Amino acid sequence: MIAPEEVRSAVDAAYRDEWGQVVATLIGLTGDWDLAEDCAQDAFAAALATWARDGVPARPGAWLTTTARHQATDRLRRDTTGAAKVRQLAVLKRDPIGPSAEEIPDERLRLIFTCCHPALPFPARVALTLRTLAGLSTGEIAKAFLTPEPTMAQRLVRAKRKIVEAGIPYRVPPAEQLPQRLTAVLAVLYLVFNEGYDDEDGRRALAAEGIHLARVLVRIMPTEPEARGVLALMLLLEARRASRTSDGVLVTLENQDRSQWDRALIAEGLATLDEALAMRRSGPYQVQAAIAACHATAPDAAATDWTQIAALYAELTRLAPSPVVDLNRAVAIAMADGISAGLALVDELAESGKLDGYYLLPATRADLLRRDSRLAEAATAYEEALKLAPTDAERRYLTARLSGL
Amino acid sequence: MEQIAADPAHRAYEAELDRRGAGRGGARLRPVADATTVRVRDGEMLVSDGPFAETKDFIGGLDIIECADLDEAIELAARHPYASSGCIEVRPVWE
Repeated sequence: MIAPEEVRSAVDAAYRDEWGQVVATLIGLTGDWDLAEDCAQDAFAAALATWARDGVPARPGAWLTTTARHQATDRLRRDTTGAAKVRQLAVLKRDPIGPSAEEIPDERLRLIFTCCHPALPFPARVALTLRTLAGLSTGEIAKAFLTPEPTMAQRLVRAKRKIVEAGIPYRVPPAEQLPQRLTAVLAVLYLVFNEGYDDEDGRRALAAEGIHLARVLVRIMPTEPEARGVLALMLLLEARRASRTSDGVLVTLENQDRSQWDRALIAEGLATLDEALAMRRSGPYQVQAAIAACHATAPDAAATDWTQIAALYAELTRLAPSPVVDLNRAVAIAMADGISAGLALVDELAESGKLDGYYLLPATRADLLRRDSRLAEAATAYEEALKLAPTDAERRYLTARLSGL
Repeated sequence: MEQIAADPAHRAYEAELDRRGAGRGGARLRPVADATTVRVRDGEMLVSDGPFAETKDFIGGLDIIECADLDEAIELAARHPYASSGCIEVRPVWE
């Protein structure tokens, strides 16, 4: 017998590390997503009882997968429909011992690419990844996305139904499709992180979940530099989190208390980025991580290497063009080459209309005008930004700026 | 599918097609939720969920194809000449 709390923490740790792998393997065996989730759930419940009696197995993941597979066989035996019989055969004919973990490609790879298939609506990709790969409950996902639980449950049901009905294959895409499909996977992971990053407390868990999923991706795609790129970016942003707001007011990078930055996360982020860059295949996440690294390594705001950051934004525009990137580049150019050069780019963007309604356009303009001591124009731009700002923290920041002119 | 096959109205309609010898085959499409839309722009394939939604669009034709899975259907759709100017909607059928 082992102490109940010891078993509980072993099962919790296994849940965190092995849930995705167990579900992924069971989907591969049965082709049935609901059955896979149910059997994984059963296996973890069985672990609580059995591990308390027999001790924690040497390879918890293998124990859980075998137990879940037995559950699947039992359930399919009880089910007498034809489809179930066919699947039962598929489960049974597999070698019950199985090859060792090193010989088979990680099952989670097939799972993540299927969850993030572009034929699924984007919110469904996110929900399905969090449910099947990260093991969040439907209730937890619903809460994180401020969505009623029945709506989230329906989203998951529809996504799983589409996988079956539309014939989305359960596999890692072939080489020629891989770059595009990987982009979709990275977008889901980064969104999960960002949803939590922008929140002060309630949805913090999502940022941790995003980092966890990025770590999984690095493990299962060790030669893919963008997997490391997205992880490095998340770590470097996460390192600054504590200093991003003060009493509910947004604190800009320039004014953040850098002593609050998490040095361990920065070190890990930089090391991860270095590993990615060593593979010599650039990508948008690596470039964004490199920009975050410039900020993370500047001892103070004045020492920021804006010339380097402007060059990185130019590279990002080439790799992944977007008006938001252009806006960021304009700021970097203002800081590197002078306010008027940056303002000219911001005005160009404003005229293009591509960022109409985006509060950071007038907010950026206001900030540059303020630095250029054009205070009346700055005030007008801050007022414009205030009308568009989406959160209280941002509104409070803009109000403070406006009254400080 | 069985329900439709047993439905008297559908049976009468199919009998009428047979009587006239007018039937040339067909298929019942699965719901739009199962649709996927494929476009090719500047040589890059763009895949999105759902049917094409622009109301000013119109359907110009249809092909019935047999594929191993959705990825093969998407790949074939992207090869259609119209994929690079309009778009190709992939809709599974009931079997």
